[in-house]
Amino acid sequence: MSSSAAPRTLFDKIWSDHVVAELGGDTSLIAIDRVLLHERTGAIALRELDRVGRPIADPARVFCTMDHIVETRSGRGDATRVPGGEALIRETRARATSAKIRLFDIGAPEQGIVHVISPELGIVLPGATLVCPDSHTCTQGALGAFAWGIGTTEAEHALATGTLRVRKPKTMRVTFDGELDRGVSAKDLSLALISAHGSAGGNGYVVEFAGSAVRALDVEGRLTLCNMATEFSAVTALIAPDEKIFEYLRGRTFAPRDELWDRALGHWRTLHSDDGVQFDREIAVRTDRFAPMITWGTSPQHAVPVTGRVPRQEDSGATREAYERAIEYMGIEPGAPMSSMMIDGAFIGSCTNSRITDLRRAAAILRGRRIAEGVKAICVPGSSAVKRQAEAEGLDRIFRDAGFEWRESGCSMCFFAGGESFGERQRVVSSTNRNFESRQGPNTRTHIASPETVAASAIAGRIADVRSMVS
Amino acid sequence: MLYANVDTDAIIPSREMKSGAKTGLADGLFAGWRYTQIGGREPNPRFVLNRPEYRGVRILLAGENFGCGSSREHAVWALREYGFRAVIAPSFSPIFYNNCVRNGIAPIRLAEPIVRELAEKVAANPQEHKVTIDLDAQEVVAHDGERRRFEIDAHLKEMLLSGLDEIDLTLTKRPEIDAFLASDRARRPWIYLET
Ligand code: SF4
Repeated sequence: MSSSAAPRTLFDKIWSDHVVAELGGDTSLIAIDRVLLHERTGAIALRELDRVGRPIADPARVFCTMDHIVETRSGRGDATRVPGGEALIRETRARATSAKIRLFDIGAPEQGIVHVISPELGIVLPGATLVCPDSHTCTQGALGAFAWGIGTTEAEHALATGTLRVRKPKTMRVTFDGELDRGVSAKDLSLALISAHGSAGGNGYVVEFAGSAVRALDVEGRLTLCNMATEFSAVTALIAPDEKIFEYLRGRTFAPRDELWDRALGHWRTLHSDDGVQFDREIAVRTDRFAPMITWGTSPQHAVPVTGRVPRQEDSGATREAYERAIEYMGIEPGAPMSSMMIDGAFIGSCTNSRITDLRRAAAILRGRRIAEGVKAICVPGSSAVKRQAEAEGLDRIFRDAGFEWRESGCSMCFFAGGESFGERQRVVSSTNRNFESRQGPNTRTHIASPETVAASAIAGRIADVRSMVS
Repeated sequence: MLYANVDTDAIIPSREMKSGAKTGLADGLFAGWRYTQIGGREPNPRFVLNRPEYRGVRILLAGENFGCGSSREHAVWALREYGFRAVIAPSFSPIFYNNCVRNGIAPIRLAEPIVRELAEKVAANPQEHKVTIDLDAQEVVAHDGERRRFEIDAHLKEMLLSGLDEIDLTLTKRPEIDAFLASDRARRPWIYLET
């Protein structure tokens, strides 16, 4: 058998499509098809290029959005509660405009969280390389792209040269096989994986998600699954594109049309790992007995089923030091049932879980119910398009009637940049991706879970099992 | 600082990245742990970097998966501005690792027991027990002369040693880039967009 006929992984195929030159060692110069920027880190890259007078190689393939520090209360303008934020927003606008890159500004119909709008607009495509100075760029691998987060200096390099110097990563396949119980979704798959293998479990690998449970996920569930790959310390994640992906992309703003669509489709159908190919590592998981998951501590690996308890140190997978720190920070007791924890806040939003299907699932729980007294609950749609769609379906009414605030799109309280937050020591159940210390505000206590678990917990006023509320 | 999974929010909290610039960040380094109050500036005497014996340190000994979380390069800029030139840890988050190399901080991987042993030796007598790094030879040298070899990609080592501007370096490959674009445009025309 000639080497060109040797079986290859999906990742290998995309990689070899993009090698411009070999640089020695395991490092290659890789062509970058799409660069995405946002006002928080992208502005710095644009400023730096301007300072040294370097032009952008191909502005037509660079996109910028305003998501991280924008206000999300209605009637917003450039003003934001993030200190220094307004200046950064204005600077981003000025630099993006003079660099002639596409900008999805505050008030534009396309505006939204970068990893939500890119699939929505057909910016990310199967087989493409895409980078963004943002760690959750891995989300977009769900469409079969090699998409990964970089730093600002690398973003400058990608903008100026249309390439990056990349060391070829190892490959891992994670296969999820089996059915999913009602009330169990992609978020629970990822938390179960990270709690079993640690938040460093994917370090150094590009992870391909495969198996019947992954194929059964809709496109948005796949985006959620890949989103959490950075919490697994993977370089990124991807999923072989199939008919669901192609149907999803057809007709989107920046997706190919007509004859180009047919040619693209021909290429995309070759994008899968060949039979018999070897990965550097394989993990196989049965999903049939999965329960909704929730985190108890301050790392995404500190996750247990909602029906479970705070583990004892010996069973926690954490060192004594890390365990004690987490317990103290979270204000919880070893062995306490998760369902005993009263909550102060509920947040549905972020690039992990704020797409239309996420909002529909949460709304199905909230319909005809009210959140518990004293709980502050907020829903922030992932994009302006998601918000419009939700309003067209009447979901906003369900959220509001249940007692949720209904916001404009943005990252909002997924992270704290000095602006809005839940209060000190407030316990928040959140559909976001990071439960780090002070991530959602100074000394806030974040429990991450799926949007349906957030909705169920908001109603109960404490951490709750959504399965008791699905009909 | 040997705990696992120290994330970039801990290295530099978002609220400390006020200027949106690459400088003015050293004060915010580890702010959540370093000061007694969030947003305050009164040093927490228990935090390792506030102890007088560690003043002026240039090497950070850290735990597994150091620099995980947000891709913010501010974490590396803050470490560099504070004075750090190297971090020794069992493993790093991939984005953080790349950011280090591009900002003159050597990210050095050594097995967990070795990092722990180095840390114990230093802690026993911080004034005398200094660790040095011989990047050229790829060795970490303890005060007692014990040498531990580490692996680093030849390309990244070169970047750290030479401090070359990577963009300039890549632009010398312009002919290869142009040739790639010409053939790729024919092969995958749908990738190329009009302005
Ligand atoms: S929603 Fe949160 S995780 Fe996603 S890009 Fe915004 S800040 Fe980052």
